Parts: sequence; C-alpha cells; structure tokens
Amino acid sequence: MVQGEFVMTIEEIYKKLRKSFGGTILESDLEVLEPVVGIEPQSIAEVSGFLKNEPDLKFTSLMCLSSVDLDEENLQVVYHLHSMDHNHKIILGVIIPKNAAKIPTVSGVWRTANWHEREAFDLMGVEFEGHPDHRRILCPDDWEGHPLRKDYVVQEMYNGLPVPYPKEEDD
Amino acid sequence: MPEIKTDDVYIELGKHPKAGFATDDMILQMGPQHPSTHGVLRIECVTDGEIIKKATCHIGYLHRCFEKHAENVMWQGVIPFTDRMDYLASMGQNFSYVITVEKLMGIEVPERAEYMRVITAELQRIASHLMAYGTYGMDIGAFTPFLWAFREREYVLDLFEKLCGARLLYNYMWIGGVSHDVYDGFAEECMSFLDTFERVVFEEFNPILTYNKIFIERTANVGILSPELAIDYGITGPCLRGSGVDWDLRRDDPYSIYDRFDFEVITGKGEMGTVGDCWDRFMVRVLEMIESVKIIRQALQQMPEGPIMNEKIKKVIRVPAGRVYGRTEAPRGELGYYLISDGKGRGPNRLKARSPCFSNLSVLEEISRGCMLADLIAIIGSLDIVLGCVDR
Repeated sequence: MVQGEFVMTIEEIYKKLRKSFGGTILESDLEVLEPVVGIEPQSIAEVSGFLKNEPDLKFTSLMCLSSVDLDEENLQVVYHLHSMDHNHKIILGVIIPKNAAKIPTVSGVWRTANWHEREAFDLMGVEFEGHPDHRRILCPDDWEGHPLRKDYVVQEMYNGLPVPYPKEEDD
Repeated sequence: MPEIKTDDVYIELGKHPKAGFATDDMILQMGPQHPSTHGVLRIECVTDGEIIKKATCHIGYLHRCFEKHAENVMWQGVIPFTDRMDYLASMGQNFSYVITVEKLMGIEVPERAEYMRVITAELQRIASHLMAYGTYGMDIGAFTPFLWAFREREYVLDLFEKLCGARLLYNYMWIGGVSHDVYDGFAEECMSFLDTFERVVFEEFNPILTYNKIFIERTANVGILSPELAIDYGITGPCLRGSGVDWDLRRDDPYSIYDRFDFEVITGKGEMGTVGDCWDRFMVRVLEMIESVKIIRQALQQMPEGPIMNEKIKKVIRVPAGRVYGRTEAPRGELGYYLISDGKGRGPNRLKARSPCFSNLSVLEEISRGCMLADLIAIIGSLDIVLGCVDR
C-alpha cells in the first residue's frame, strides 16, 4: 500500500469541500483535537458520495458511525471516514433536532453504513430516510424507546414480564 | 366476497396442473442455539433446495447496552465492561479503550508498561487465533485440532493467570499503565512457550488441518470476498487481509510502540483457490500467530526496567472536555472507541464502541448468497465472530 503520497490535511479537505458545496458545509472549529466538520443534514449523502469518489480524496472506508445525544434539543450523527489509498482521515458531524430526527441515509455510499445506521436508529432514535432495511437491530422489534437517549426510562413491562429487577426492600 | 379462481389456489399450493413440478422456497432457522454460530446468533435462511437465496442475520441476543453502562460508571470502571465485549480477546479490548482515554488526557505511559501491553496483546492474539483455528476445524468436522489448539491456548492462559490472576477477563491495562508487573521468570516461561509453539504450528497444526485435503475441499473457493466489497462493508482484520488487502493498523497507523518492531503483514494469496476465500482467511490467522511470536520475542528482549504506572495518575481521573476516536488492531479487526468527555463528569459522556465483529458479520448476507447450506457454516466460521462483540 502506497503511503503518504497524497495525504491531505483536514484544512485542505475542508477548503475543497467549501469550494464544491459552499454553504452546506458549516463553519467548523478546526483547532481542536480531532475536529468535526459540520454538514447540513439534507446534503450529507451528496457530500459523502463526493468524498468517496473524488480521486484525490477517496474516502473508501467508513470507520465508524456514531450517534450522540448532544443536549436537550439536539442529536448528532458523527461519521469517521478514512482513506486507505491516501491514508488521510476526516470526521463529519450532522446536527439534527430531537423532535424531527431525520437524516438521509449513506448506506448507498458505504454499505457498512447499513447496519451502523440501524444501530443508531435502534439505540438513539435517528431515522434514516431511504434506508433499505429500516428496522431495529439489537433490541427486540417491539421494544419501546431508544436506550441511549439521556432521558430514556426503561419500560416497566415487556410482553407481560417485568423488565427491571425488582428492587430489594429494606426489612 | 372476492371471486376465487381455481388457478390462484393451485398456484398458491404450488400444484398448478400446467406448472409441472413447481417448487417452493423453504425458510430455515439456523440458531440461536446452534453449535457453529459461536454464540447466540440466528440466521434466517431462505433456501431453494440446498442453495441459499438469502441469509438474514438476527443479532442482539447478547445485547447488554455496554454504551449505556459506560455512561454510568467512572473512567476506570469501563475497563471491566470492555473485557466482557470480546471475551476471547479481552486484552485487545482493554488496550483500545485505555489508549483512547490516554489520547484525550494527553498523558504518556511508562516504557515498561508499553512493552507489557504489547506482549500481552500479542499473546492474546495467539490465544484468540488458536480458538479460531480450533473451532473452525470443529465446524468443518475435525475434532482433534480443536483439542490441540486448546492445549496450546492453555499455556497462554496460564501465563496470564500468573501475571494478573485472571484467565479470561483480565482488567489488566489501566489508564496510565498496567496493573501488575511481570513476575520472576515470566520472560523465560514466555520464551519457552514461543519456541515450542512455533514448532507446533508448522509440525502439528498445518499438517493435520491446514493442508488436509478434506479441509481444503470444504473451504477453498467458498465464500469469496473481493477486496472492494470487503472495504465497502468495513471489513477489517484477518478477514480483510484474507481478501488480499495489505492493511494492518499496527503498521499503517501505528499506536503504542508498534513502530519499533519488525514483522510482516500477512495477506491472502489464493494458494488453494481464489483470493478471499475461506481458506485464505483461515491461513492469514495461522500465519499471523507466527508474526505475533516474532513481535513478542523482540519485545521481551527490548523491555526496559522502570515503573509500570504513570505517577501523575490519581485515584479520581479528570479527563478534559473533548472528543477522540482511538482504534487498534484487535485480533478480529479494527476496534475503535469514540469517546466524548464534557470535562465535568466522572465518566464518559458518550462512548461508542465500533466492534470489528459487527461489521464483519454484516457481509454474511452478501457472500452467502447462492452458496450451499453446508458452506454457510464454513463462511461463518471463517469470519470468526464473537457474539459478545457483535451485540455489545
């Protein structure tokens, strides 16, 4: 594997993205450790396709797709991309409101996103529009709520069985 | 009442007089309690005779919501939980988590501890690949290699037991160092194991299973995974290298002190069939054990004296606010942790585990399409999944 030949820094990639997509790439703080480049929710699939197919970017692998409960109002979906050909990395972040947590799927770009997005839907309740198999993956299909949200409360009964262990009462 | 045509009924029953011998698809449930699914995995196979049309994985039987647990414990308290994710390669799981936290804290680990981490992680890789070797033989129908592999694995577990008191779930790597220094005679015991082990691989393991004609017939040209497909599906570790992709995080994105060692990255070459078949994935694991032996030998020779914990680490760890993604080459592939700290809490604000088995398993549906039902067993075994790691 050829290494270090076309490595682009995060600033260069950011500038290139700004040039091609303009305002949909949000102002981002690139000074911190492992900066996150903000993207408008609606254009994530397009930007992803561009990042994967552009010859000097070639982000062929999606390392990780995480969902984050940011605060009272917002959720965030974070994409860690890596290019095996050029050995450079970028992190994309999309902020969506909790009451309308919808975002276009990127499973058409990287197929590994299929299961990762199902996991994000299952545990955080982010809906991915256009996903080919939009189901829960880890919890049962009829489970209520999304466990990784900060305000999640475990349901009391599941199919007639008590869910939390009964609390030990003092004598 | 809608009118019912006789033809429709016949078609539904698959017995239309004009249709000849109509056949139907059969849905076969494999698992969740099936010996060759290596845990609790259910695969819903739509079969046409013995040919698989579609194999859908149903996972989550071992789901404990590790990520939610991690939000409710202290920084060090997460380490035992990581042990229990991939219980066959706990050292690798510890390793990934602690280097992620250390990256965010910006602290150094003493030299000696770095060497201890590499030695234990590589010993763990041997133990884990031995398990893969043994159980894969058993899936295919060979019982003896399983016992032989377990005999060798026992030596590694004994070393770990003497080192830190535990055989499977170690909690050995701590933030800032490791929990126990080596005991007297560790290096000698380790070396004598490595010497025997190398001989055992070439003189016993390879003749009985790797180059066994029946085994080759069952695994060569089965479950072929092309390099493009592998990268697209986020496959990592031996499965990716089995497809001929020359990629290893230990060499290409070095962490800890891996840049000091001299070892080769093994890739599949299609020796017995096509590049990326089950035999290639299996062979990569066998040869990788030998590379681990090389690394451990070098590490044992270079290991300096000194402390094993960073002295600045206090009992209550403060981690500054920030986000970091750390990844290591665990025995089954790239294990990553995405860690978010708000700088105030006693534990992580969010910890996402990107487990290698989860991504590796997702390709099963794609590569098992059109193969025989018996080959599905061979394919699952060659992916070497651990359900604790898939479900977390």
